[in-house]
Amino acid sequence: MQSLAKRCSAIGLALATVTSSSVFAEWQLDMTPGVTDISQQVFDMHRTMLWWCVAIGIVVFGAMFYSMIKHRKSKGHEAAQFHESTSVEIMWTVVPFIILILMAIPATKVLIAMNDTSDSALTIKITGSQWKWHYEYLDWEGKGNLDLDYYSVLSTPSEEIIRPALASGLFPKKTAKDSYRADGNYPEQTALYKQDVDKPLVIPTGRKVRFLITADDVIHSWWVPAFAIKKDAIPGFINELWTLVPEDNPGIYRGQCAELCGKDHAFMPIVVDARPVAEFEQWLADARAAQKAEAEAAANSLDKTFTKDELMAEGEKAYLARCSACHQANGQGLPPTFPALAGSALATGPVADHIHIVVKGKNAMPGFGSMLSPKEIAAIITYERNAWGNTPTDGVDVVQPRDVAK
Amino acid sequence: MGEHHGPMKGIKRWLFATNHKDIGAMYLWFSFIMFLTGGFMAMIIRAELMYPGLQLVDPNFFNQMTTTHGLIMVFGAVMPAFVGLANYMVPMMIGAPDMALPRLNNWSFWILPFAFSLLIIAIIQSFLGIADAPNFGWTFYAPLSTKYGPASTDFFIFSVHMMGVSSIMGAVNVIVTIFNLRAPGMTLMKMPLFVWTWLITAFLLIAVMPVLAGAVTMMLTDRHFGTSFFDAAGGGDPVLFQHVFWFFGHPEVYIMILPAFGIVSAIIPTFARKPLFGYASMVYATASIAFLSFVVWAHHMFTVGLPLAGNLFYMYMTMLIAVPTGVKVFNWVATMWKGAMTFEVPMLFAIAFVVLFTIGGFSGLMLAITPVDQQYHDTYFVVAHFHYVLVTGAVFSIVAGVYYWLPKWTGRMYNIGLAKLHFWSSLIFVNLLFFPMHFVGLAGMPRRYSDYSLQFADFNWWISIGGFGFGLSQLILLWILIEVCFRKKGEPVSDQVWDGAEGLEWTLPSPVPYHSFTTPPVIK
Repeated sequence: MQSLAKRCSAIGLALATVTSSSVFAEWQLDMTPGVTDISQQVFDMHRTMLWWCVAIGIVVFGAMFYSMIKHRKSKGHEAAQFHESTSVEIMWTVVPFIILILMAIPATKVLIAMNDTSDSALTIKITGSQWKWHYEYLDWEGKGNLDLDYYSVLSTPSEEIIRPALASGLFPKKTAKDSYRADGNYPEQTALYKQDVDKPLVIPTGRKVRFLITADDVIHSWWVPAFAIKKDAIPGFINELWTLVPEDNPGIYRGQCAELCGKDHAFMPIVVDARPVAEFEQWLADARAAQKAEAEAAANSLDKTFTKDELMAEGEKAYLARCSACHQANGQGLPPTFPALAGSALATGPVADHIHIVVKGKNAMPGFGSMLSPKEIAAIITYERNAWGNTPTDGVDVVQPRDVAK
Repeated sequence: MGEHHGPMKGIKRWLFATNHKDIGAMYLWFSFIMFLTGGFMAMIIRAELMYPGLQLVDPNFFNQMTTTHGLIMVFGAVMPAFVGLANYMVPMMIGAPDMALPRLNNWSFWILPFAFSLLIIAIIQSFLGIADAPNFGWTFYAPLSTKYGPASTDFFIFSVHMMGVSSIMGAVNVIVTIFNLRAPGMTLMKMPLFVWTWLITAFLLIAVMPVLAGAVTMMLTDRHFGTSFFDAAGGGDPVLFQHVFWFFGHPEVYIMILPAFGIVSAIIPTFARKPLFGYASMVYATASIAFLSFVVWAHHMFTVGLPLAGNLFYMYMTMLIAVPTGVKVFNWVATMWKGAMTFEVPMLFAIAFVVLFTIGGFSGLMLAITPVDQQYHDTYFVVAHFHYVLVTGAVFSIVAGVYYWLPKWTGRMYNIGLAKLHFWSSLIFVNLLFFPMHFVGLAGMPRRYSDYSLQFADFNWWISIGGFGFGLSQLILLWILIEVCFRKKGEPVSDQVWDGAEGLEWTLPSPVPYHSFTTPPVIK
């Protein structure tokens, strides 16, 4: 028995060396311990479970392989004929049951702690939609509505992502054919490939943050491993979640959507920027001021008339950021689900219909009226009516912000 | 015996089959074809995931591959394979001349090719760019599958209905056969464990397949008839879908593993030359697992925001399943203990089953712990877990069963050298395929991702190599089967086949005659 215990600890030591060795830094083998008190507890419980399993595995597989080596017919072993033993069978029913109780007690404690969302300093509403996150700052230390909200979308350029191996593009229907590069010389994928967003979620350290999670369309799941929090974003439901990043752990923490939500499920990462309270308050003030200025600019834009070139330049940028995931950069779409805009009846037809669909949405397409400013929408529609050889049949090739706001 | 007692000639023998051996063989071949089809889809998935970035398929098609791979493997490969084995073996094991309801049997088989044609037509439409195939995962969560599902979702709904009808009829047949056609003296507690596990499985099927039918019917009316079962905007509830689905889904996973327990419980005693340890406790453990399977479904939903009390209840119940499952593993080890073991191909697969299924059980126990599950949930750790129990569990047991009974069915021994090659290459590649998935899952890679960030790249490359190796290894099995079944190669075997085998099937001649036990055997 002693030698078995020795062997166990030797294997444990070997495994521990492997998992913690810097040689394997880029080969992460285990769960992150994370930075919060909860994530540490979850990690410890994970390790405890793992060692229980390893220990039970050594006993069971040890007995099995011992038997396979010793009790072979080729070694002349005669088969015994016993086939039951009440005491042994009771023993191996009761012992696992006791082990399970030992596992369940700490699990229950941690689960109860994870459910306690009371006394939070900051409340943020998170809304998932295909395929981005919307953050609304609802309350900071009882100060009421903060008038601050923004969308957070993937910032990795599509040239890094779409790299067809064949000249015919991606399968099926030769999608993304234009992205093919014969020399195979695609841009290098940067270290933050597929993990970075345009605007991270900013939270304070040292204060309890409560998240209210819901969704606009299908189910998503908001997951930040370093905080050990994951909760589904479900249309029609508001789920609660909380975290508290310790004061000595400010920094950037990354997560991903964890529930299949359609085509670009893999492309809606989460970035959380945890800052010391003073910095957070400064950021909050700046962000609110900026949002107010933007709103005023959007209101003013209704009186202004922009040139076609101005709108086309802004429209192309906004189109690539907001529309190209489905309708593609080349306007060819991904039929039949995502229709082509190049040469389409809608993008070249009556302008009122075109505006209506972008503002209100249709089927799987969300309405962008609440997401983008009138100027951005006007720019996108202008771009769509002129790009890819499109020529509007009603002659309206430039749309102004006030046309959208009507 | 008159002429009309033999099989019909040509295609009619199969179209109008009422013989349990013919129908069993059709089920097994059908499931093997589906296994290769679903495996091919898995290889497309692995090819895309070999490197970060999108190289081969667009994400929408990727989702169609994961969806159809899952549906085909669960409903087309694993379940029909077990039904095929039940058809072939249950009458021979209980001393019955055939299944109790032979025409029902014919129908329940012949529905399946049509059911799966619908799914495959959807994929072909997608190949041709006509319409998307189902792309919402095999769990088809609403509203992704209802409001946002492609038009072919209706193909999928009809297909699931047909599979359900087939499964229910198959289950009815098994129950009626076991309760009515046992040879005199074959009491319930004398039945081979494979018969017992299938009896319990059949009850599970009858209990849950109608629930699945209900789920897809509600989807259908939500999509086309203006109801809002799963649409919050109409007063419905997307989480209701998950409750209904998993109330079917969790017993379903035991439907896919209980017969495996039966097969392994037949093989290990044969090659250990020692009776099965704890027969009665095996029966009770199987029944306990079946019972518990109805009260653990929400462990698939630990992140949907259930109340604390719900999460705790489902955690405790799920942990409890480890007890009867543990009993089974301990019993198999105790059966091997002090036996006189030899390691023929069925035994190799059975031993691999015990070890690798237990590893899947360990990760299952870890997943039961709700707070930790919230980190594992929807990552590759889960993918690793259910592939350990389904591939190295269910599929390995089916392969073990085929290698065990094939000589009895055909009267010829397959090429043992090739079969050993099949075992070793499957064993090595399947672990290369699924073991590193634990690591990428723990490191934070979510499942159903068409693309991943760079820290997961190295492991995914190795996983893909394992996938291609495991997939190609199955062609060895295809060749072995073609040689024995169609090219009639192989040494004739004795009636006993394996010297330690016990049970009524081994008292029959090899190959088994078209009609067996026309007069019931006497059970001591």
